Amino acid sequence: MKDLVEKVTSGDVRTVARLIRDVDDGMPEVREALKELYPYTGNAYVIGITGAPGVGKSTLVDQMVAHLRKRGKTVGVLAVDPTSPFSGGAILGDRVRMQRHSMDSGVFIRSLATRGHFGGLTQSTRSAIDILDAMGKDVILVETVGVGQDEVDVVRSAHTTVIVVVPGMGDDIQAIKAGILEVGDIFLINKSDREGTDKTLNELRLMIEMDQKKFDKGLWKPPIIKVEAVFDKGVDDFLAAVDEHARYLEQTAGGLKSRRSPERVRQEMVEMIKARLFEEVLDKLTETGEFDRAVDAIVKGSLDPYSACEGLVFPALAGLPDEE
Amino acid sequence: MKHERRVRVMVAKPGLDGHDRGARIIARAYRDAGFEVVYTGLHQTPEEIVEAAIQEDVDMVGLSSLAGAHKYLFQTVVELLRERGAEDIVVCGGGIIPDEDIKKLKSAGVREIFTPGATLDEIVKWVKENVKPR
Ligand code: B12
Ligand SMILES: Nc1nc2c(ncn2[C@@H]2O[C@H](COP(=O)(O)OP(=O)(O)OP(=O)(O)O)[C@@H](O)[C@H]2O)c(=O)[nH]1
Ligand SMILES: [Mg+2]
Repeated sequence: MKDLVEKVTSGDVRTVARLIRDVDDGMPEVREALKELYPYTGNAYVIGITGAPGVGKSTLVDQMVAHLRKRGKTVGVLAVDPTSPFSGGAILGDRVRMQRHSMDSGVFIRSLATRGHFGGLTQSTRSAIDILDAMGKDVILVETVGVGQDEVDVVRSAHTTVIVVVPGMGDDIQAIKAGILEVGDIFLINKSDREGTDKTLNELRLMIEMDQKKFDKGLWKPPIIKVEAVFDKGVDDFLAAVDEHARYLEQTAGGLKSRRSPERVRQEMVEMIKARLFEEVLDKLTETGEFDRAVDAIVKGSLDPYSACEGLVFPALAGLPDEE
Repeated sequence: MKHERRVRVMVAKPGLDGHDRGARIIARAYRDAGFEVVYTGLHQTPEEIVEAAIQEDVDMVGLSSLAGAHKYLFQTVVELLRERGAEDIVVCGGGIIPDEDIKKLKSAGVREIFTPGATLDEIVKWVKENVKPR
């Protein structure tokens, strides 16, 4: 284990790549590694990039990497694409736009598939961020799957959340209002080489200014920035806005530590407990055959699902082994 | 945690060859077979392909070439993987590749080559039989 920690913290690419695979594949051994690595985390600045399919997230991430490298920062990228619900397979194509950084040893790029997880990220993303953080990457960019309106888990993992829209989304901007608007720290209008940019800008501005009272009290007011990712236009302005948001976090929320505010840690723990309990209980019930027996009984009509659930969960909880 | 290894593969287009129809079709067939497929896009050097394969921790790299430079490109990928201690990543390929080259490539360590006419069923079946998650 000491060896592994040494390899990860010294930036060994194969070890890191393997460890992320183990997390992704849910190998139980990986928990020990994550515990050991945790003390080495908390030093990276995490930026989440989210927005509808095809708005240019990957193109933008590629440009961000280029700009951050020029500033001497090392960068980790996690790019999430959807798993096909039919086959369980996935085409992970975000990397196509970023391949020019493949040979740069200051950049580590990893594609991840959602594997049925909702929220725009994968079950493994949180831990993958920790691993890249422990690896010593200065900035970690997380590209979500092309999301709808309430799939914004990335907010919980990022210091700065960036929402990317494109001109002419029309009604979609209205739809964004509900979920995404509140969580965006920076709004980008990408593809602003296209018609309708100013209209979209105005719509967004109106929507954001509905919260003007909050901003008057000194809360962060999300800037709206026009970019053309594919032509590398506006990316400097955008990164300047990220810097400004980082300064805001520094002054108001403990900077890098803002990812570990009581509120966020609480949320994170709820998620973790949920996942762990589910796994332990279901593993046990599957192993003993109790789960299948209950399903049979419900199908036959000799048991109702509510009683079945109670009859399974409570004994299973009582009988969970101490791990030591 | 569901402790189950998924097969992860990469489909890459080495060299200057711009024929990507085959590569895309193969990538889709792999996805439909339940694999996670990292696609690198066109115009990759062997070095870029190998580095990406390592960062992505794939079990197999599938190379596609229709422009004639396959001998150098495929062989270099195999060699570079070996140099990086990653010879456990299986290499296969396809495209317009003459029979005599197929022999040479196989003895150089490319495990299988598929030429035009190979069915997607065959191609997928081969992965299922020859590539195990590492
Ligand atoms: C369509 C096509 C084009 C399209 C390409 C569109 C695209 N985006 O892909 C266009 C019109 C752009 C084109 C251009 C050119 N083409 Co062209 N093209 C073809 C053609 C007619 C069909 C290729 C194709 O898409 N087949 C369908 C796919 C599904 O088949 P496939 O790729 O072979 O894949 C199968 C197998 O090979 C295998 N496979 C392939 N890759 C992989 C990878 C893995 C991992 C696995 C497991 C299997 C596998 O599985 C697939 C299923 O069986 C071929 C002739 C032919 N019959 O092959 C010429 C051909 C490939 N082209 C040729 C040439 C010369 C050119 C040009 C140079 C022409 C020119 N002078 O401008 C340009 C160069 C383009 C470039 N930038 O590289 C020559 C190449 C000769 C050579 N090898 O030396 C060919 C062979 C025609 C010929 N007989 O002369 N071309
Ligand atoms: N006109 C124009 N096109 C752009 C711009 N930025 C990106 N694109 C194009 O938009 C398309 C999609 O870009 P991606 O970066 O793959 O988009 P994405 O949001 O990552 O897509 P998903 O990951 O599939 O959701 C590509 O063809 C890009 O070249 C831009 O500023 N202007
Ligand atoms: Mg993308």
